Amino acid sequence: MKPVHITINGLPYTVDSTQTILEAASKNNVYIPRLCFLKDVHEEANCRVCSVKIEGQKNLKPACKTLVSEGMNIITDDQEVYDTVSMNLELLTHRHHFECFKCSREDNCEFLDLLRKYSIDNEFSQLYGMFDEDNYYYQDDNGVMIIDSSKCILCGRCVSACEKQSGLSVLHFNNRGNKTYVGPALFHSLEDAGCIYCGKCIGACPTGALREKDDIKNVERVLRDPKKKVVVQVAPAVRAALGEAFGYPIGTDVEGKMFHALKELGVDEIMDTNFTADLTILEEGTEFLHRLEHGGPFPMFTSCSPGWVNLLEQYYPEFIPNLSTCKSPQQMAGALIKTYYADKMGYNPKDIVSISIMPCIAKKAEARREGMGRDGYQDVDYVLTTREFARLIKRRGIDFRNLDDSKPFGMLATYTGAGAIFGATGGVMEAALRTVSEILEQKETPIDFLDMRGNQDIKEATYMLQGKEINVAVIHGGAATKAFLENLKTSEKQYHFVEFMGCTGGCINGGGQPVVIARDQEAYDVRSLRASVLYKIDEKSRMRKSHQNPFVQELYQNFLEKPHSKKSHELLHTKYKKRDIYASVE
Amino acid sequence: MLERVQVLICGGTGCMSSHSREIKKAFEDELTLLGIKSEVGLVLTGCFGLCEKGPVLVVYPDETFYSHVTVGDVRTICEEHLLKGRPVQKLMVNDPIAKTKIKQMSQLKFYSKQKRIALRNCGQINPLDINEYIARDGYMALGKILSEMSPEAVIDEVIQSGLKGRGGGGFPTGMKWQFARSSQSKIKYVICNADEGDPGAFMDRAILEGDPHSVLEAMAICGYAIGSNQGYIYVRAEYPVAVERLYHAIDQARSYGLLGKHIFGTDFEFDIDLRLGAGAFVCGEETALIKSIEGYRGMPTSKPPFPAVKGLWGQPTNVNNVETFANVPVIFLRGADYFKSIGTAKSSGTKVFALGGKINNTGLVEVPMGTTLREVVFDIGGGIPQKRKFKAIQTGGPSGGCITEKDLDTPIDFDNLTALGSMMGSGGMIIMDEDNCMVDVARFYLDFTVDESCGKCTPCREGTKQMLDILNKICDGEGTLEDIDELERLGEMIKKTSLCGLGQTAPNPVLSTIKHFRAEYIAHVVDKTCPAGVCSNLTHFVIHDNCIGCTKCAKNCPVNAISGWPKQIHILDQELCIKCGACKKACPVGAITSEPLHKGVSL
Repeated sequence: MKPVHITINGLPYTVDSTQTILEAASKNNVYIPRLCFLKDVHEEANCRVCSVKIEGQKNLKPACKTLVSEGMNIITDDQEVYDTVSMNLELLTHRHHFECFKCSREDNCEFLDLLRKYSIDNEFSQLYGMFDEDNYYYQDDNGVMIIDSSKCILCGRCVSACEKQSGLSVLHFNNRGNKTYVGPALFHSLEDAGCIYCGKCIGACPTGALREKDDIKNVERVLRDPKKKVVVQVAPAVRAALGEAFGYPIGTDVEGKMFHALKELGVDEIMDTNFTADLTILEEGTEFLHRLEHGGPFPMFTSCSPGWVNLLEQYYPEFIPNLSTCKSPQQMAGALIKTYYADKMGYNPKDIVSISIMPCIAKKAEARREGMGRDGYQDVDYVLTTREFARLIKRRGIDFRNLDDSKPFGMLATYTGAGAIFGATGGVMEAALRTVSEILEQKETPIDFLDMRGNQDIKEATYMLQGKEINVAVIHGGAATKAFLENLKTSEKQYHFVEFMGCTGGCINGGGQPVVIARDQEAYDVRSLRASVLYKIDEKSRMRKSHQNPFVQELYQNFLEKPHSKKSHELLHTKYKKRDIYASVE
Repeated sequence: MLERVQVLICGGTGCMSSHSREIKKAFEDELTLLGIKSEVGLVLTGCFGLCEKGPVLVVYPDETFYSHVTVGDVRTICEEHLLKGRPVQKLMVNDPIAKTKIKQMSQLKFYSKQKRIALRNCGQINPLDINEYIARDGYMALGKILSEMSPEAVIDEVIQSGLKGRGGGGFPTGMKWQFARSSQSKIKYVICNADEGDPGAFMDRAILEGDPHSVLEAMAICGYAIGSNQGYIYVRAEYPVAVERLYHAIDQARSYGLLGKHIFGTDFEFDIDLRLGAGAFVCGEETALIKSIEGYRGMPTSKPPFPAVKGLWGQPTNVNNVETFANVPVIFLRGADYFKSIGTAKSSGTKVFALGGKINNTGLVEVPMGTTLREVVFDIGGGIPQKRKFKAIQTGGPSGGCITEKDLDTPIDFDNLTALGSMMGSGGMIIMDEDNCMVDVARFYLDFTVDESCGKCTPCREGTKQMLDILNKICDGEGTLEDIDELERLGEMIKKTSLCGLGQTAPNPVLSTIKHFRAEYIAHVVDKTCPAGVCSNLTHFVIHDNCIGCTKCAKNCPVNAISGWPKQIHILDQELCIKCGACKKACPVGAITSEPLHKGVSL
């Protein structure tokens, strides 16, 4: 790490010897276009858009990978570099099928941004014909996400994200040369290839090639159906990121406007998933106490993250007995909406359309799982990601930024701080500990379990409860999960309770959240900023422990009787089973 | 009983596909029948290089060279030559000028200007017998090094010799070893790049099949010099004979203590294993090759970091080509100064070329650097068949450019060929004559690189395909003058921004043919004609008035499209013509050419 003197476009700068030209330029506010570079995820220098001229070296060099050196003279924008970058972009447009009007990335497409900056004409398509329809790869049969090669610019960021963040390498390049396409191996579908739907690939994609399956039209239809009663639940993490789609800085709490927007859309009832998060703690906490009494099975694993459950069922089915039988807060909410609350609201469950707004794409598959419904209906009918929700609000012309704050009806939407923090990694564990510790110690116990917060892959702690050493751990992301489970197979250490999240960072960084472009991912600590919204909500809450929620207590008194009652088991608990991957044989 | 005569039969892939193994078997049977089997030594050896004349065999001690030998000829050779001592004239090579037969191999003009260093043992030894390699000073270099020289001295000697990479890069080999040596690590690797993907190139194949131990010995020397104990030979799976012979050679070397632990009784240990390619040209690029060995998709990575610093499994790795390695033992047996004395000041030693295309003596030749292109084509190569006119040489395969008549007297070396807009490459040399269309040639090479591009970087993946689309358009007759400019524009950009050597050199054939044969491109786009008569949409053969009525064209036409009486001007029926060009090639007075359609065609 020593200072190095360089010039960029004739102007002198003092930079660090460990920096690449791209880093040095961006720290000094010099613009260099970039496309495939995604810090710590994909640093392969293959798009060649960041090509710069270095005096004394032949050929142009990639700024994202070339280190600065003393006396280096760099040109980022003379006619030759400009023409070269333009030509590379023109070639990429030739491969691209432009459907920006309906594209999920119409507002934040990194490719479109560059095309505008370089006044690209799509000249190759005009001279030599449109994109190659013979080599079109399109996959959308899983009902969760879509792979669309007509939008793909083959940057490779998704391949690297799947390798490094989910640890599963489900997506890779197939074929070769200009026939390359990204997808699961050979003829397999995403479902068959063991995808857990964590959506980290979508978060890495600069264009709309990877996107959620869009359920907006389905929701528009039910909102216009006079016979249907639309009940919408919203997850904790949505309010921490929804604002980004409307120009708010990352880490803005837009909870009030979020609920008001739902009202403007014309839904009949609003439920806050934070409420059923509290309920989940009661059920899961009780389950944990039960296991403590009866000696196992340990460790108990949380089960609210469907991405994580997908990973366990497909890759580590031997650990199924460790999973809590509790459904996720989304599914608990759905089950109650169509039974207890349907009754309370005076609706026939068959007339209710239960919609959830989630930071997650795996929830779309979770809603369709066996056992997540009864009598011919599913507990959750449609799942909208935060992104789809934002698009819907925009399309309806709702002036989000100028909405007053609104709060939905108490019975369905009251929550404690413990429920709110579910969206951050470590939140479920902290919420569980707050309740479990109080029940075990039979006195008021601390609220904060700060060891459970933060972005390290694996967080561990030991707490003394009722005179016993309870070992807990918090894991997030597929790669860390795999590492932990492999270690668990041979480890001597006895863990008691482990929280797993399928997404790195937890739900606030879920596969359905607004996509943050690569440049912003470098400039901001997105996970910490979004997580801080939830922790602030928690801090300001009057009630911060799940068992203090009066409506949860009422639910038990009037309907469920007690945690793990027969009714609870019927509605709020589920089963898991081993699933094979790569099982289909062509 | 001692062998009084030895028959060396070429066992290179070329001759083997013409049944040289069966020829050997026929010899065994015939000699047994004649009762002289124990007097005659039969050896299936490596490639002799004169592949045009294959199957080839040489009878020693008189060095009689027989060409185009068939199984049916074996009895004659045995009875006449081996039993009665009368060499068989009809199987000898013709001298086209003196109109006599050439008896001895060394008398053949093909060999007279060659200097076989990398190919020193090919055609001389049985590659399956390590003792024969040892008998020709094999493993002596390794022994001398391990007992007398330090690793630094070894590297100095290689630097002194001036040896440069023979795989196409031309990087000074000694310096490359020095970089690997300087990198600190307990684990280092030596890799031999035997992927040889250039179409038409088979130099490395001949060395691997005919003299595998030379590569093994050189890799061990390299391991000692840089501090590595493990080598890998990455050989393309399309070379099954080479793979077989390498495995066999490695086993034999191990059993003799020349590979493995305590080589020559010292502390030095070195072992070699094989890794097979899976059919991708791009895996000949060293970083893609390394990825392939690691089990990943073969896609190149950015350099720096260079493999000498961070290569296979993150460790310092030295990658060299087969031919580069084959030269190494000679440097230590005869000295760096000897090696430096051959060739030119900046390019020492020899180079093996694979001559192909429109040339009489197709095959492998090894010449000292500094030999002129004209000498290779005409003296060694025997010139263009059927007395057609020379048009261009393509060197360097799909990465190289073409060289025209005016530059034929250029001495061959790395810098000269690059200065001409081409490159040495791995040694492929394709000769083209007046019947080749240079636009079509460019299209052929680009078609190859488009197919083989790995797809990782934008310019190569998208740009070369765009260039190919334009070339196809031109050859179909829909090209414009702007298209030629576009080809140059795209080509220059792709060269400047591609991630690896494949993309950086893929436009070369196109840019080079445009530079030297622009008129031919213009004929395709403006006059809508292919003067060479290759691009079928743009070919219209016309018989001109200087036709002498010899009827050769009519006789050669496969569809009877030409009619005419002897000594009368012949007529070509355009409706029947399939544009094969046989008539044009057959005409002794050049009366048939391909003309633009709008110039009128007499029916």
